[in-house]
Amino acid sequence: MRRSVSIAGLAAALVLGTLGFDAGQKSYVANAQEKMSTIEVKIDNFSFGPVTLTVPAGTTVTWINRDDIPHTVVSTDDSKTFKSKVLDTDEKFSFTFSKAGNYPYFCSIHPKMTGKVIVQ
Amino acid sequence: MSEKKKDELLNDHNHDGVDRRGFLKCMAWAGTGAFCVMKGGVLNSYGLSRISEISSADMIGELSFVQISDSHMGFSKPANPDVAGTLKAAVEKINGLSATPEFMLHTGDISHLSKPEEFDTVDQILKSAKPKDVFYVPGEHDVLNDDGKQFLERYGKGSKGGGWYSFDKNGVHFVGLVNVMNLKAGGLGTLGHDQLEWLEDDVKHLKHSTPIVVFAHIPLWSVYPEWGWGTDDSAQALAYLRKFGSVTVLNGHIHQTMQKVEGNVTFHTAASTAFPQPAPGKADSPGPMKVPAEQLKSVLGITDVNYIQGKNALAVVDSSLA
Repeated sequence: MRRSVSIAGLAAALVLGTLGFDAGQKSYVANAQEKMSTIEVKIDNFSFGPVTLTVPAGTTVTWINRDDIPHTVVSTDDSKTFKSKVLDTDEKFSFTFSKAGNYPYFCSIHPKMTGKVIVQ
Repeated sequence: MSEKKKDELLNDHNHDGVDRRGFLKCMAWAGTGAFCVMKGGVLNSYGLSRISEISSADMIGELSFVQISDSHMGFSKPANPDVAGTLKAAVEKINGLSATPEFMLHTGDISHLSKPEEFDTVDQILKSAKPKDVFYVPGEHDVLNDDGKQFLERYGKGSKGGGWYSFDKNGVHFVGLVNVMNLKAGGLGTLGHDQLEWLEDDVKHLKHSTPIVVFAHIPLWSVYPEWGWGTDDSAQALAYLRKFGSVTVLNGHIHQTMQKVEGNVTFHTAASTAFPQPAPGKADSPGPMKVPAEQLKSVLGITDVNYIQGKNALAVVDSSLA
């Protein structure tokens, strides 16, 4: 479990600019030290983990598909602020959130899969 | 059907997930497809894997055809590393039928990632099938990245709007619907306003005694909405079909066979030619089912295929493919 090594995980995040999550984690609030870093959302078992992610403006969020089935990451707003191509197993998609706001998104192939990024 | 049955649900799902070798020997879980025969205006559907148990008299009617589904060409994960092989095996089964079906229906997810070469491979394999005509509807895997443009170019000739169409064969009216486009966050399959209007108009002129067969990828009944196994506006579509005495709805998507009778409507879902998925709610997610390594050996033999649980309508233990 990655959370049990959170100090090492955070150190790695600061060095590598990446932070992983448990798939089962429902929500996560990034702290100031992670600002400008890359935060990862894992797609696993037909769900986004964490489902709700809170980050400071300027954060790049990377989604990685750990399922055997392809998924997408598409923002639900009409203008489709962000929209990935289809992600096969282990493929990634990144988006940098420069403006504060709520960004709900879903998998356009399996629309029951939804998540949200809150940018502060 | 004189007696109206409501909410009768027969779940014949197999909790196995035989590996390729076991699969090719027993062809059990996938069922490879369904043989459908219209008899006296009522459609009967039989899993191809148990076709040898069906008497030849039952196989003769006004019209017969085959439904195949969810080929997922391009999928190569452990649940089935050779989806081309299992599709070929399905075609062999079809070609082995005593009477050649008039045509085939493919209820979507032809490809896994909408790649041209995946469609090409399926086209090539299906060319060797005795029934020459194949009618397609798209699955969500066939319309990735391009809103279905490629699918329509390949298979949508003569279709309307987003690919829906109808045709008549031997007095039976067939309707192919598309419910995998423009899906909304948090929602299920969607037919949409334009398609519903077209459907209402399409069936308006038909006699009430005309047998209707509707086929679409995602089930048009609520199999398990929690996993997205249903269609948001299917009730409206079914309302337009209420006046008909015999309505059959054929779907794929859920990679297992299920049947349900509701009033004048009989619903069937077909198995996949590629890999099985869990029964509704029986796993954390609807992902492909794999067999644990220690169970793998037990499913390799021809006659000792062991299913984990449940009544198994597709349990064929001998094989003509071995």
